[in-house]
Amino acid sequence: MADTTNTSAPTLVAAQAAAPTLEVRNLQTHFFTRAGVVKAVNDVSFTIGRGKVLGLVGESGSGKTVTGFSIMKLIDPPGRIVGGSILFQGRDLATLSEEEMRTLRGNRIAMIFQDPMMTLNPVLRIDTQMIETVQAHEKVSDADARARARDALGMVGIPSPDERLKSYPHQFSGGMRQRVAIAIALLHRPDLIVADEPTTALDVTIQGQILAEVQKLCATTGTAMLWITHDLSVVAGLADDIAVMYAGRVVEYGDVGEVLDAPLHPYTHGLIGSVPSRNKRGVPLRQIPGMTPSLLNLPEGCSFRARCPRAAEDCIVMPTLHPWLPNRLARCHHPHLEEVESA
Amino acid sequence: MSVYLLRRLIQAAGVVLAMSIIVFVGVFAIGDPVEILISPDADQMERERAIAALGLDLPLWQQYLIFLGKAVQGDLGRSFVFNEPALELILQRMPATLELAFAATFGAILIGLPLGLYAGLKPNSLASKGIMAGSILGFSLPTFWVGLMLIMVFAVQLGWLPSTGRGETVEILGTRWSFLTWDGLTHLAMPALNLALFKISLVIRLTRAGVRETMLMDYVKFARAKGLSPFRVTFVHVFKNILIPVVTVTGLEFGSTIAFSVVTESIFAWPGMGKLIIDSINVLDRPVIVAYLMIVVLMFITINLVVDLMYSVLDPRVRLDSK
Ligand SMILES: Nc1ncnc2c1ncn2[C@@H]1O[C@H](COP(=O)(O)OP(=O)(O)OP(=O)(O)O)[C@@H](O)[C@H]1O
Ligand code: SF4
Ligand SMILES: [Mg+2]
Repeated sequence: MADTTNTSAPTLVAAQAAAPTLEVRNLQTHFFTRAGVVKAVNDVSFTIGRGKVLGLVGESGSGKTVTGFSIMKLIDPPGRIVGGSILFQGRDLATLSEEEMRTLRGNRIAMIFQDPMMTLNPVLRIDTQMIETVQAHEKVSDADARARARDALGMVGIPSPDERLKSYPHQFSGGMRQRVAIAIALLHRPDLIVADEPTTALDVTIQGQILAEVQKLCATTGTAMLWITHDLSVVAGLADDIAVMYAGRVVEYGDVGEVLDAPLHPYTHGLIGSVPSRNKRGVPLRQIPGMTPSLLNLPEGCSFRARCPRAAEDCIVMPTLHPWLPNRLARCHHPHLEEVESA
Repeated sequence: MSVYLLRRLIQAAGVVLAMSIIVFVGVFAIGDPVEILISPDADQMERERAIAALGLDLPLWQQYLIFLGKAVQGDLGRSFVFNEPALELILQRMPATLELAFAATFGAILIGLPLGLYAGLKPNSLASKGIMAGSILGFSLPTFWVGLMLIMVFAVQLGWLPSTGRGETVEILGTRWSFLTWDGLTHLAMPALNLALFKISLVIRLTRAGVRETMLMDYVKFARAKGLSPFRVTFVHVFKNILIPVVTVTGLEFGSTIAFSVVTESIFAWPGMGKLIIDSINVLDRPVIVAYLMIVVLMFITINLVVDLMYSVLDPRVRLDSK
């Protein structure tokens, strides 16, 4: 779809086709609070190709949502992106003006928020909130915009969408509201969707429906997706790659099957269980003993050091995200390489 | 909806009845009008005849029941002083007071809403800090003092605005209105501003607090994530939400605006109900005092009901029939 719009600039098209949809390099987003600098995102890198899904997992407070908002460039003061780059189809988003960024948001890059109860404006009807999204990016008549809104609602499985368009958000359940939010994200068939735990509020059957819908969309339109979640079973079924975050950093990154089968990083290892086995797939994140370090005051060296069973003296030096195996990266001095070999 | 209305009306009738007793007893306690009304030269016979004519010889509860019986028929007694029906006296002056109160309320919203919006959107700018400091003054300066200062500056020193009366009026539907003539407007400006001062501060603070709170909501961020223009985010998504508290509070304040207009009307010699009640209190014209208080109570109740209905229109989450 994107290829047809820029026919007058073939070189650019070639560059865009070659570039992955999203490439995040060494992203750093900090919050400058009274209590100090909260380094919510401290070193995050990943790449999502056209039509691919990247699962971003990590425990609460590890910086997943802040990463998502950074990509949207919706970080408000006291927060600020302080380092790294975000390349969308090869274009550095940092170089875009706010107005240029606005034309991308909701149009080429859409986001689904974590809390469905709070994402829709309580005093505006659903049709208002959908039609305004269509018209923010395209000159479309009210009737055509309404028809698109109705189709999008139908696509996410909302019954009698014509009537539901006239409702207010409080007349919907949480799951229904999340479906409306997903429908809004799909309105412009974006090139990238940042989905922040979009199905957590939904029941299992609907979750399955929506996941299937999303997969179809990615396959047919080439939409790339950043899927933030706690639920490893969703990641296993949906994602191509997985990035595991800990205390603001990506600590493990690679093919989803390989990572879940034989995690390299002790943190990932702890999350999905110590015995490497295919049966471990689809198990939700396990609690790891110990506390997440305060982002205000990160310890020297590896942030996982205090909780890590493999910690050694050299862990006082912060490890880099190192390619230990082909397409397998881990930020650790002593990764679980032995288990990969035995698996 | 109609069940809700019916319940509200029954409640209202109860409140009015209770208030009528309180008002009646309260006014009785203020003092005896006989001393003021009857000339000191009158002999005992004349005195007694006058007292009987006014119905003041009966015990209080009997006076009350007579009052109540007549009140139900729309007769709130005759003014001792003007010898006219009290209700008519007040209703004649009500439009002037309502005009003043409406002008003050609309003025407060017209001035307060944009200032509050600005202060909420740019909380750290110098102008916002100035606005907020000004609003503290608006809260704390006494109305009568500000009124006198306004007269001194704009009427006496500068000579821009007249300081008393309603000016030229136009008659519509049997009542006279100032705001339809230029002269009337110049007369209305100062008293309305004086009465609005407190409300402007209130609207500024409510709006600013509302904007600051709403801006942090997820739905505002989601609106931005949809790629809406900043204008639409502010004036549709934020504005519609802050309108709810602003309309509710200014609506509920309308009653106290009418009550406070007593001071403003006295300073600017505005011929409304407030001026009438002050004059009536001075001569203990009981029926007028009672009638005025009863009408104010009725207005408060009506305003509350109207505000509740408006609230349900503005906020779709409030559904009156489900209460
Ligand atoms: N506006 C802010 N001011 C200060 N700190 C913030 C702000 N927003 C986020 N943070 C901090 O950034 C860190 C990461 O938050 P984030 O919401 O990205 O976590 P998360 O991984 O999405 O967690 P969850 O799974 O609970 O959604 C948290 O420690 C949070 O306290
Ligand atoms: S670097 Fe050391 S402390 Fe950190 S995860 Fe690896 S082994 Fe554990
Ligand atoms: Mg989150």
